[in-house]
Amino acid sequence: MSTRTLPLLFLNLGGEMLYILDQRLRAQSIPGEKARKDEWTDVDRKRVMNDIISAMFKKNFMEELFKPQDLYSKKALRTVYDRLAHTSIMRLNQASMDKLYDLMTMAFKYQVLLCPRPRDILLVTFNHLDAIKDFISDSPGILNQVDETFRQLIETYNCLSDGEFQLIRQTLLIFFQDMHIRVSIFLKDKVQNSNGRFVLPISGPVPWGTEVPGLIRIFNHKGVEVKRAEFTTAGNYVTPQREGSFELYGDRVLKLGTNMYSVTRPVETHVSGSSKNLASQAKENIVPNPLAKEELNFLARLLGGLDIQKPAGGETGFRLNLFTTDEEEEHAAQTRPEELSYKVINIEATQEPGRRAELSRILGELEVAEPRPGSAEKGEDLLALMDGL
Amino acid sequence: PLGVPPLRPYRRERSLALRSSSSALYNNLAVLCPPARRPAFGGGLGGLQQEGFGAPAPGGSCGVLPVPPAPAPLRPSQAAWCELPSRVLLVLTSQRGVQMYESDGSTMVFWHALHVPEHPAAHPVFARGIAAAGGRFICVGTSSGAVLVFDIPPKGTNVTLSEILEQHRDPITDIAAEQGQALDGAGDLVTADDSGTLCLWSTGEEFTLLGKIPGSGCTCSSVRLWNGIVAAGYGNGQIRLWEAGSGRIRAQVSAHARWIYALDLAPLTGKLLSGAEDSFVHVWQLSKDPDTDGIEIQHCHAECVTDTQVCGARFCDPAGDTFAVTGYDLSEIICY
Repeated sequence: MSTRTLPLLFLNLGGEMLYILDQRLRAQSIPGEKARKDEWTDVDRKRVMNDIISAMFKKNFMEELFKPQDLYSKKALRTVYDRLAHTSIMRLNQASMDKLYDLMTMAFKYQVLLCPRPRDILLVTFNHLDAIKDFISDSPGILNQVDETFRQLIETYNCLSDGEFQLIRQTLLIFFQDMHIRVSIFLKDKVQNSNGRFVLPISGPVPWGTEVPGLIRIFNHKGVEVKRAEFTTAGNYVTPQREGSFELYGDRVLKLGTNMYSVTRPVETHVSGSSKNLASQAKENIVPNPLAKEELNFLARLLGGLDIQKPAGGETGFRLNLFTTDEEEEHAAQTRPEELSYKVINIEATQEPGRRAELSRILGELEVAEPRPGSAEKGEDLLALMDGL
Repeated sequence: PLGVPPLRPYRRERSLALRSSSSALYNNLAVLCPPARRPAFGGGLGGLQQEGFGAPAPGGSCGVLPVPPAPAPLRPSQAAWCELPSRVLLVLTSQRGVQMYESDGSTMVFWHALHVPEHPAAHPVFARGIAAAGGRFICVGTSSGAVLVFDIPPKGTNVTLSEILEQHRDPITDIAAEQGQALDGAGDLVTADDSGTLCLWSTGEEFTLLGKIPGSGCTCSSVRLWNGIVAAGYGNGQIRLWEAGSGRIRAQVSAHARWIYALDLAPLTGKLLSGAEDSFVHVWQLSKDPDTDGIEIQHCHAECVTDTQVCGARFCDPAGDTFAVTGYDLSEIICY
């Protein structure tokens, strides 16, 4: 499958994560003067957004991301977002982090599925980046970083053919396969059915470059058109108005990838699926499956460059709750179906040079043989070591 | 006169449950229709270790024939039954290469590894596009544009790579052999790629390139060849009919609102089946007037598979009276 999928997956999921965090932080924020020590203010919110965005778009981080590589597992990717979400003073409990990840992934799955053309995934990405730039519009340093990434995206992807984009899309769809978590905002807007599957409309504008179905043209052996016929179907399509812009600035036209959350629309998920789907997800999570060696390498390199902020002094950091009450969060943690648990690996890869060297040495020592069935044990040793760091 | 057989409406019948869901890959449904026996189905099933193939058991219930589980890069992304005069082989393609099994998936007959670079390159490596050709060969396409031609012995495992065809510069999407009567000079094999380029070949000890229809940048994801007519499905939802001998376009249909993923042809009647991301499956009637050399295509029937992006569609009998469909994230094969 495509080796150019990871940057798109990461940036779009990251974008969704920022939309959700921003909405929750706004919903839970108190005006500065009135706030108690453990309550969020606008200043706190901006700081968190700045910290996370700055970490996401860091140069070394992006360099690793843009290297041609296969997609990693949901587990490995989830670990990256766990660390990202904690690069600031904000703390999330497992239940809230699970919910955040559910929302992020279902939102991007929806966007990939509904993209009119495979190439439009790039427009979706640009929509996310446009919004991210808005979040940090008063921080020129970070803005620069984001623009750099924007340029790298344009350089890497604008020249790809439709066929290559379809391969990227197919790779993404395989990543999202069998995920049918129900999201309240989607259910309410009737873009998702109660069985967790998305509604695929058979009306509306056709993709740019496609004709409205219905015309049959017949040519003779000299290439001259000799007959026209029409057929009708249940679909109700129209021609699109214009194409979205693939430049650094421009009207993207496509709405997919823009922020669908606002303070007035609470963010909820129902975490369940039909039993058939759970069966297939169960297989992936219950069989002991430590992260593959390549995934550990990738994570070590990627996370090694992440700036993890430890809360100053005795502060434990502000906790953000993705649910409406603490009790709800607790309840969600206890009732989350076993099959949907992400079984996150706790990798404490820090910025301290000493620790990082240690990590590299450990990984280097293990880089002796090709993975064999027996190497599952080695993987577990490494994880144990890393947990202890 | 261009006679069109009476239209018989299709209706949705049973569904076969799959153990896992189908992936969004081109031409993702294979059907084996042994005479006097019920058809067996196969496809690129996603996400998990085990692939399965449904074979309707007596009484209509579905049995699954598991293919031995394989680690990620070896997971089949495409499956096809290749019917040769002497035997039927089940061919699976993946990121690492090509596997060939006896038709019931029981024994592996042959394995060809693709050259995979040390570190992932910008250009992915995979095999895609499978067809039996010339009564003796199995052709498999690759992401480099090369088409591998395997010489298949009547029995046993002595399969050899007889030739590598290098006319395409973009990843191969589909390959099809002539299902009717090949015309002189029209070739009996067509190969298609990501750029929409079609190549026509004459098969044999050495394959000969007879013609090339240049692409216009729009991916041709699925292709069929019947009585010298190439039927091609494209990423912009169009179906085009080309004259294999001259390379001229004979028909253009704005068939679908999204990327076409599958085409199939019923050789006895010239019925064409198309399935696409727009949730629709259409049945068309191809016809050829021997007197005027006129080629026609008419719309017969449409089915909407609600909320599903169709990725596999195949006729289950040579006359095209029944067909089967599957889609992304769908854990079933729907039969009409």
